[in-house]
Amino acid sequence: SSIHCIRGTDLFGYIGIEAVLDQMRCKTMKAGFEFNIMVVGQSGLGKSTLVNTLFKSKVSRKSCAPDYEEKISKTVKLHSVSHLIEEKGVKMKLTVIDTPGFGDQINNDNCWEPIVKYVNEQYEKYLREELHINRKRRIPDTRVHCCIYFIPATGHRLRPIDVEFMKRLGKIVSIVPVIAKADTLTIEERQEFKERIRQDLAANGIHVYPQREYDEDPEERILNNRIRENIPFAVVGTDKEHQVNGNKVLGRKTKWGIIEVENVAHCEFANLRDLLIRSHLQDLKDVTHNIHYETYRVRRLNESNLNFSELGLSAVPLENGTADKCESDSHL
Amino acid sequence: MDAILMQEKLVERLLCPRVRTARQKEKQYVGFATLPNQVHRKSVKKGFDFTLMVAGESGMGKSTLVNSLFLTDLYKDRKLLNAEERINQTVEIIKHTVDIEEKGVKLKLTIVDTPGFGDAVNNNQCWKPITDYIDQQFEQYFRDESGLNRKNIQDNRVHCCLYFIPPFGHGLRPVDVEFMKALHEKVNIIPLIAKADCLTPNEIKKLKDRIREEIDKFGIKVYQFPECDSDEDEEFKQLDKELKECTPFAVIGSNTVVEARGQRVRGRLYPWGIVEVENQSHCDFVKLRNMLIRSHMHDLKDVTCDVHYENYRAQCIQEMTSKLAQDNRMESPIPILPLSTPDVDTEKLIKMKDEELKRMQEMLTKMQQQMHDKDQ
Repeated sequence: SSIHCIRGTDLFGYIGIEAVLDQMRCKTMKAGFEFNIMVVGQSGLGKSTLVNTLFKSKVSRKSCAPDYEEKISKTVKLHSVSHLIEEKGVKMKLTVIDTPGFGDQINNDNCWEPIVKYVNEQYEKYLREELHINRKRRIPDTRVHCCIYFIPATGHRLRPIDVEFMKRLGKIVSIVPVIAKADTLTIEERQEFKERIRQDLAANGIHVYPQREYDEDPEERILNNRIRENIPFAVVGTDKEHQVNGNKVLGRKTKWGIIEVENVAHCEFANLRDLLIRSHLQDLKDVTHNIHYETYRVRRLNESNLNFSELGLSAVPLENGTADKCESDSHL
Repeated sequence: MDAILMQEKLVERLLCPRVRTARQKEKQYVGFATLPNQVHRKSVKKGFDFTLMVAGESGMGKSTLVNSLFLTDLYKDRKLLNAEERINQTVEIIKHTVDIEEKGVKLKLTIVDTPGFGDAVNNNQCWKPITDYIDQQFEQYFRDESGLNRKNIQDNRVHCCLYFIPPFGHGLRPVDVEFMKALHEKVNIIPLIAKADCLTPNEIKKLKDRIREEIDKFGIKVYQFPECDSDEDEEFKQLDKELKECTPFAVIGSNTVVEARGQRVRGRLYPWGIVEVENQSHCDFVKLRNMLIRSHMHDLKDVTCDVHYENYRAQCIQEMTSKLAQDNRMESPIPILPLSTPDVDTEKLIKMKDEELKRMQEMLTKMQQQMHDKDQ
């Protein structure tokens, strides 16, 4: 067959192609969206409160468990809670994955392993669905689209556990680090802390979201560069409202004033929310699907070929935890 | 463009401290309602693609119709073959690609032409090159989708096939029936009555009824418009109903612009009057164009991906696994995982490999331990 390429610049009228966008929008609105967000950090850093504040509803694990007790669990156990929320006709299935026990023990060696395992398990689930003979029209997506990592507001630098966690998870999921309970830092202290954190991240080769290498075009690079110059965002969360200047605002009331959560002069909660939800939500999903998932898939396919090329069939997944371990296994 | 501006505004707000503005209305507003816009923005950047096949005998007005639909002249340098040259011609597949941009939306349109179809004296199996072509595109996509590098997969699958039925007969001819039956499970077929300007309104109505009857009678599955949502407004529902009752569309195309009723329109000039292509009382061209481009393009693509392609893929995998079961030396060209109900032999093999792997892992740990002890 032969192919001719013509530039359609001489159009004699209006065809109406842009209507395709409306068709697509209609369909996606009807189908609804899924979004899976993981929160990681020690007890007491305000993870549940922040998630509730982000989505303005009681979506965290704590709010959903009827007999919740504040206990430090002995191991890191992941809990996921799903909610269907709707706004202006757009339906979203939001899943919040909590990681109680992370970093809470005396010896926190390898406390990231259950998390790595969970992330990889979701990729595996999706891969199996995708390879199935009779696959669903819409494969249910449980992959972690975003991992918010809570850094305590010490004002110094990243701690070893922060570096170890982000080094490993940064390779398989999009990490958004935040400075938690930032109401103990002044603006100058906050800026210096952020600068040191950025230096530590660079020194350890940790790439957090939005990753520089995934910028698709110069326009996006400029937009994302400005975000990269300001992360990690310093946040404060609350679900309590107070009166300020005749308005009801979300805030934390102290003797020396009210910290308004949504006031960008006070903290960067609004910036985080805008990034995660209002401007980059779809991009987070795309990076997970097009990059992290594809990386996982390629690795899995190579593994199966290595061991079972005779059959062309793959067995149950190998017990691969962290990326480091993976490298040694592939030399079997 | 608006979506991009909005993005930029959001980033501005992200980074510049500002005096807090009263956000009374936005009390409970989280903001994920912007999701469709975020998706929208990415699609505008990426653009769309659409592959349309046209099939039917020579001289049915296929090229003219395509030019009329997309308002370009795709066939400028075409040479028409004479009868002698056509005696030995087989059915060819020719692709034309056009990049069209309108209001910032890019469409990469591919027209797959099938010259030679139905032109020979003996037209037995003349649809085979066409079904082969469609299958080849499915196979190529299947390989790409199963491969390791999936970043830039080209989707060449045929999303829609316009089939031109001559207006001269009394309904479907045997070749029409056989062609549509050979293709109806591989591609969305939209049958059209070609050159409808040789029929009066009554004749058109009779022909349409007859064709619809025969399509039912022969069990041909042409493309079905999806049902209207219950929450759509009455006007939309009415339009949708009219559209469905109007099939198969009776179309006329034209490469020329004529003067009619004081305006310049696409049309055909006859001594007895002017046929206007875009006049809905003259023919169904506008309905076809609206359906194809403005309202159902996305659905045509979805049905191709979700139904036709998935059927092909499922069939392909069935064939491959049954071959593998017979001859277990054959290497699978694409990755497949154990099926939902693997047979006993496959299960045994998997278990064997598992145990082998475990043994190898234990050996390796032992070796590592020995090396470690040696070093001490």
